[in-house]
Amino acid sequence: MTVAAVAGAERTLDVQGLSKSFPVPGASLLHRKMLRAVDDVTFALKQGTVTALVGESGSGKSTVARLISRLYTPTGGSILYRGEDVGAMHGKQELLQYRSRVQMIFQDPFSSLNPVKKVDYHVSRPLLIHRIVPKADVLDRVHELLHSVGLVPAEEIAKKYPHELSGGQRQRVAIARALAVEPEVILADEPTSMLDVSIRLGILNLIHDLKRERNIAFLYVTHDLASARYVADDVLVMYAGQIVEHGPTDEVLQRPMHPYTKLLLSAVPNPNAGLHSHRLAPRPKTDLAVDLVGCRFAERCPLAVASCVSDPPVLLERRPNHLVRCPIVDPST
Amino acid sequence: MNAALEDGTTAPAVARETLVELRELVVDYVLSGRSIRAVDHVNLSVGKGEIVGLAGESGCGKSTIANAIMQLLRAPAQVTSGEIRFRGEDLTKMSTEQLRQFRWSNVSMVFQSAMNSLNPLMRVGDQFVDMMKAHRKISKDDALARAATLMELVGMDRSHVRSYPHELSGGMRQRTVIAMALALGPELMIMDEPTTALDVVVQREILQRVQDLQQDLGFAVLFITHDLSLLVEFSDRIAIMYAGEIVESAASDVLFERPQHPYTVGLMSSFPPLSGPRERIVGIPGSPPDLAKPPAGCRFHTRCTHCDPASPALYRRQTTERPVLREVGPGHLVACHLTDER
Repeated sequence: MTVAAVAGAERTLDVQGLSKSFPVPGASLLHRKMLRAVDDVTFALKQGTVTALVGESGSGKSTVARLISRLYTPTGGSILYRGEDVGAMHGKQELLQYRSRVQMIFQDPFSSLNPVKKVDYHVSRPLLIHRIVPKADVLDRVHELLHSVGLVPAEEIAKKYPHELSGGQRQRVAIARALAVEPEVILADEPTSMLDVSIRLGILNLIHDLKRERNIAFLYVTHDLASARYVADDVLVMYAGQIVEHGPTDEVLQRPMHPYTKLLLSAVPNPNAGLHSHRLAPRPKTDLAVDLVGCRFAERCPLAVASCVSDPPVLLERRPNHLVRCPIVDPST
Repeated sequence: MNAALEDGTTAPAVARETLVELRELVVDYVLSGRSIRAVDHVNLSVGKGEIVGLAGESGCGKSTIANAIMQLLRAPAQVTSGEIRFRGEDLTKMSTEQLRQFRWSNVSMVFQSAMNSLNPLMRVGDQFVDMMKAHRKISKDDALARAATLMELVGMDRSHVRSYPHELSGGMRQRTVIAMALALGPELMIMDEPTTALDVVVQREILQRVQDLQQDLGFAVLFITHDLSLLVEFSDRIAIMYAGEIVESAASDVLFERPQHPYTVGLMSSFPPLSGPRERIVGIPGSPPDLAKPPAGCRFHTRCTHCDPASPALYRRQTTERPVLREVGPGHLVACHLTDER
């Protein structure tokens, strides 16, 4: 979990200047407004490293994961997998190959499994489609995979239907299915937010173990800063489609610089203090569709000055390895 | 039933007039040939103006309790025995018409999926009007004006009475539902996982608003969630449920500082901290029992790290004898053999 180890890790996936705009429904065709859901996002995923992407609903964090998995096509920028441009992959075979290297786990383990199919079906399908093992060995591999995600006795679990499993167990099946193709990258989109608190830790610990044992690069998308701190080596904070802060976990969460990161931290339930101890300021709503010139957080920001509204802030390394998109903050504090 | 239990549940830490009281409530889900006990002899009270938290994992019976108070349980669920008293009157004996009057006016409920409980085809304001006209003699104009005031109360613009639900964000829809729950000035608002689907910033904004309104208007809240860290901040008193039973209850600060039941301790330590050393935490091993065949003895013993055959006498009690709630401090009740032994 040390910074040095992370810095030396091999980059598996490079995201450069990634952008995605969606047309705003209802707007007239002549004056079509575009919603800039993801705007110039750059980061890398490294082997054996968990990178957390945190932000509130609508910040664009899930869209980033979906762009990387090619569920969406970017409007700008590029995704490089081991130096190869993912956007240039078009052939079925090429895409199948990419998807076997980059797997996705979704938020809702209740809807991501087919209710009329047993667990062994779900886990064996990727093995067959991607021809990972000979047909005769598929069932053995299914049991192995279930065992590796803590679903024991694997032989019994394999014969169950999704409704016979708890939410946590279902999410483990989804992880086993992702692992089946021996991926190098796993994109986990809020994998614990629908689970009970006591079950969440088990999934987070599993992510941590898989990263170490299988050298997988994880993108962990969440709005839960405490879980990001628990499992991630690097943290990216996203606001209104842009990365506003980026660095090693301890740097970003123990010494946050961006006012938005500070706001997020102050909103986390804290049993040591009452709700009234750190009240949030009322917020105006940023309209992403409107072409804002300056800082997108300016109207909610306690530090905002006149220049914030007129000058677009740039993501800069203000402390070693610690990037922040705010010219106002003092990096020495 | 022992005396300590009786005393503890009817006298909260701060003496208040009791608003709702569950006495030995039993709720069963009766399916063909078998019966599952979702709520097992639960005693719980909510005082006037009090915020009571009810915490536990999925399937522990906490939402069943909420639906029982609202008298919304439908087959196969049934109240098998026990009483649900609101200001002394047993709700299980009320007529359908009495219940219709009682809901919204005396007790309102904000559901887990409340965001999706608004009618997508009707303007928000018209939904207020429908609900208010069903309960009070009020003109449409007056009801709309009241709706606009309520929207402002929960921190939204008056103009949103003219919005359709799809025009509002998830947080705004949840605020709208809370405004509706407050419309008839109920004495108790039951909130069942009201912010689970929302992100932390919106969650805090909404809970701050509810807390402000609660202080101004004086209604009581029964707040149901699996997020104990949120409850400790938000409520006056907390009850912890496990497999259909209340295993511990105390004032929030007492429960946070001196949790006694190993399950409560496990829930508390399931939250990764935001400060201090980053080390591996285990939380609670295993998963909740199948209520169709709950474990004998203490229901938590299958997951309890203090249940060890190496101490045979205690182990025998833990695996065969059901622990009862006993008072370990003022208003602090625990059902655990370990506490009994201390």
